[in-house]
Amino acid sequence: MNTTRMTVAKAMTECLKAEGISTVFGYPGAAICPFYDELYNTDIRHILVRHEVNGGHAASGYARISGKPAVAIATSGPGALNLITAIATAYMDSIPMVIITGQVNTEQIGRDVFQEADITGSAEPFVKHSYLLKNPEDTARVFKEAFYIAGSGRRGPVLIDIPYDVQKAEIDFAYPETIDIRSYRPSTYGNGQQIKRAITAMEQAVRPLICAGGGLFTGDGASLMRRFAEVNDIPVVSTMMGLGAMPTDNPRYYGMLGMHGCKSANYAVNHCDTLILLGARVGDRAISAMEARSDLTVIHIDIDPAEIGKNLAVDIPIVGDLTAVLGQLIEACGVPTEHSAWKNELDAMRSDDKVTPAKDGYINPKQFMRILDKALPDNSVVVADVGQNQIWAAANITFHGGRFLTSGGMGTMGYSIPAAIGAKAASPDKEVIAICGDGSFQMQMMELATAIQHDINIKVIVMRNNYLGMVRELQEKGYDNRLTAVSLDGSPRYTKIAEAYGIEAALVDSPEAAETAVKQLISSDRPFLIEVSVEEHEKTIL
Amino acid sequence: MKHTISVLVENNAGVLARIAGLFARRGFNIDSLAVGVTDDERVSRITIVADGSDYTLEQIEKQLNKLIDVIKVKTLKNDTSISRELVLIKVGCSSRQRAEIMSIAEIAHAKISDISNTTITLELSDSKDNLANYEELLRPYGIKEIVRTGTIAIQKGEAAVRV
Ligand SMILES: Cc1ncc(C[n+]2csc(CCOP(=O)(O)OP(=O)(O)O)c2C)c(N)n1
Repeated sequence: MNTTRMTVAKAMTECLKAEGISTVFGYPGAAICPFYDELYNTDIRHILVRHEVNGGHAASGYARISGKPAVAIATSGPGALNLITAIATAYMDSIPMVIITGQVNTEQIGRDVFQEADITGSAEPFVKHSYLLKNPEDTARVFKEAFYIAGSGRRGPVLIDIPYDVQKAEIDFAYPETIDIRSYRPSTYGNGQQIKRAITAMEQAVRPLICAGGGLFTGDGASLMRRFAEVNDIPVVSTMMGLGAMPTDNPRYYGMLGMHGCKSANYAVNHCDTLILLGARVGDRAISAMEARSDLTVIHIDIDPAEIGKNLAVDIPIVGDLTAVLGQLIEACGVPTEHSAWKNELDAMRSDDKVTPAKDGYINPKQFMRILDKALPDNSVVVADVGQNQIWAAANITFHGGRFLTSGGMGTMGYSIPAAIGAKAASPDKEVIAICGDGSFQMQMMELATAIQHDINIKVIVMRNNYLGMVRELQEKGYDNRLTAVSLDGSPRYTKIAEAYGIEAALVDSPEAAETAVKQLISSDRPFLIEVSVEEHEKTIL
Repeated sequence: MKHTISVLVENNAGVLARIAGLFARRGFNIDSLAVGVTDDERVSRITIVADGSDYTLEQIEKQLNKLIDVIKVKTLKNDTSISRELVLIKVGCSSRQRAEIMSIAEIAHAKISDISNTTITLELSDSKDNLANYEELLRPYGIKEIVRTGTIAIQKGEAAVRV
């Protein structure tokens, strides 16, 4: 291999280029300066966030839309530590990311010098893998491995921590073309015997059901799942992470399951005889509405063997890449079946969640979501934060090829705006909307500056109810209405905040105002913010 | 139930911390842990004795396999493997007691590793249960210190846990 003499800092940028990285999200500091100095010489677009955690969330949004590992960068100590919540959030939702952090000089490690933090140690529970790059000669191999590990198998964040002196060291650099990690060989195809058993189980099933999870958004998972459901006439329900994999108006689709799911989906889960889990982790919030049953055959297909059987007893485990396994299943299917009686039964369980108009000066949040939904182009990306706003969005936004991004596993407030920035950077042609509460908006509003500075035209919806609504709802029901530390009194007018950033904004306090504002928001080619007046005691669970 | 798990890992910095951390945060209990290099110096073997149900054992195996540095994980069955611990026991021993203790040592196939006017140190390698027996036999003389390694184990016959 032909090598070139260069500093590790320059080699790092060469590695990023070789991986096809054109955009990175970060926040500099002394310990990562050699790398930033080399970034100066490249065409890589660096998006300066206003807090490191948001660089991590933005990379997550970028990765989920581009389908490839995205890069977040921070300096040593506080910079790296600020990233941890974003790393953990990505880990829980299997989002591929490569995190690069600066570290103090190699010989100072362990001496508690200025801005030293053991970031590989502290992030260990939340990374797929991590490297403390001490030997400059390992640079190329470590980057190659990091991108490969992050983006293959069950995807996830990989951290590379690089001491300052290593960044300045000179090496003979060449980016490896091949990779071989003997201890890491993720499976692709499902075991033939298990595929056969799954087909037999499906043929015998009278009430089969597919549960679509977030894992379907890798490769061709989602489209193959749709074909599989169609060929075998199987009804589909979705987890929150799987929203969008099945178009909402598909007649075989029965909605989102779980604690905040809809009646037809939870009925389906509790009455099916064969449950096919596709890239779904079977999280506790998803199966909370599921009753224990002995007469159920569970087929669980997942890339991560550790997820199979962890939370739900499984009869037929299939470990493999969903694109590959669904291909195998479709190929192995015999005569097309049909399940009209079962579908009729489920159709009878569909219920239209009625919207009661809010009192004057407010809008019912579901009604607002539906008005927004009607105006959204089919391929839009909706990023929901955490809380009541997330539940309203998940239940009322419809999907016709668009995406729904949210922090499903970790439930991290403050995810929506930075993730929307990342998603928009990855797909500038799509409408990207962040929906958040007034609590979570105040955790991330500094990122409006990032959007403006880098011409990233996201749209922001703030559902203002003057409360940490979801927690308030919990206290109302479970704590005898003793509301503690959930009032957001003292908060600003959010349209004014937007204006301070030079962002056009509208206040919505009626259905009519919503229609007008949503039109403005969609037609604007600049960032736009809508502040929605939601009645203070509006609930998600009625 | 006790399980003996033989784990081959890349001999990289931080591997042990990763494995110990995994056990701690997933709530798996480690009874003993022994680490050493294999015939290939880039590969270490970690032998873990852990306590838990079959469900826990399955989770331990799967979670260990997810660590990138872990090359192979194998749970050894009691009836098809041999397990050993090494123990150094220092007991109080006057010159009058020496013969008595040395006869125990002989039965136990223990080596006398050190001897002084007031103490004797025995070196024993055996299964955990047998070691416990000998410990009881020596207790009346006054045990001054016990140092033991974690359990190591190997399969009987041709079977081997190799890269
Ligand atoms: C970082 C973080 N802190 C705390 C929580 C706990 N929590 C979950 S929902 C919620 C309330 C969110 O309030 P707001 O953003 O106003 O949204 P709403 O529920 O009112 O729509 C809180 C505090 C969390 N999920 N994430």
